[in-house]
Amino acid sequence: MIAHGTLIGVAVAVGAATYAFRAAGPWLGERLRIPEAVEQLMADSAVVLLTALVVVATFFDGHAFAGPSRVIGVAVGAVLAWRRASFVLVVVAAAGTTAVLRLLGMP
Amino acid sequence: MTQDSPVEVPDEPAGHPLRGAVRTLGRAQVRDILLLCVADGLVGASFGAITVAAGMPWWYPTLLSVVVFAGAGQFLVVGVLAAGGSPVAAAAAAILVNARHIPFGFAVRDAVGSGLLRRLVGTHVMIDESVAWALAQPTPARRRAAFWLCGSLLFVFWNVGVGLGALGGSALTDTSALGLDAAFPAVLLALVMPSLRQRRTRRAALVGAGVAVASTPLLPAGLPVLLALAGLAARGRAAAGPGPAGTAADDGAPGGSS
Repeated sequence: MIAHGTLIGVAVAVGAATYAFRAAGPWLGERLRIPEAVEQLMADSAVVLLTALVVVATFFDGHAFAGPSRVIGVAVGAVLAWRRASFVLVVVAAAGTTAVLRLLGMP
Repeated sequence: MTQDSPVEVPDEPAGHPLRGAVRTLGRAQVRDILLLCVADGLVGASFGAITVAAGMPWWYPTLLSVVVFAGAGQFLVVGVLAAGGSPVAAAAAAILVNARHIPFGFAVRDAVGSGLLRRLVGTHVMIDESVAWALAQPTPARRRAAFWLCGSLLFVFWNVGVGLGALGGSALTDTSALGLDAAFPAVLLALVMPSLRQRRTRRAALVGAGVAVASTPLLPAGLPVLLALAGLAARGRAAAGPGPAGTAADDGAPGGSS
């Protein structure tokens, strides 16, 4: 059992750091003139980070392979998204495919 | 098709940033955002249930999700603590994971808007989903509307979900039967897809994704996603600098230099 004070300390520390990370862009953006190239770099950075999140969340649970059912579900969603299917269809097809595969016993 | 008419909202509508967001985005987008909120709410419920099942007090998942409001970091805190890790390790891991919000802040600062209150609140609702939703929009007015609607609705749904899960208990610890773990990556992918249609950005994202996948088995959680930024080097030379600021910036760039 962890002391309540410790738990609260962890939450506050993580919350404060995260808020500072989030605040950096808007705060600096108001005080400095940010060159066009840097703006573009940051926009691309956001896309690169989000794509990396997608891929890691598709293939891994922690450090281990997440199992084929999730990968196949995301792949179905990816194909639909690439073909400009509606957002609802992408989400429902991805989750539904994975759920059905698991129902059939795939890990 | 929605019409992004010349009627760009005058630069700073004085009122609440959510006012008019529904109108700006159109009903279909709002429905999509609500769908995302429901899915995330269910994941939040599982987070609440898991945290309590790991022996932490019922109020802790809610405190974490209100104060931190970033799912990956929250799961990491609870995961490390539940596995017997030290509080410092738990906090460090979550802070590392959340460092990705630094470039997010630069990328969407126009959508956050100006004014003290808007800045304070908008900073806190800057999460993967609201950033991705903003980046997928074609005009500044729609970016702002999408960012605020997605961010603030998610704040409500996520925290209500977490609270209910913490109280509701073990029925919700496993959302895998619903396939929701496949929904999160699919959602983000659908939202970054418009950006990935630009060749330079796509190349950076694909190289970065490769780096992240290759390093995930080896490195502490959070670090692989940050290392993906190395993919930016693969963008090739931009139209920046004094050189020929020529044609569409998303062309193939000169042949590989590596």
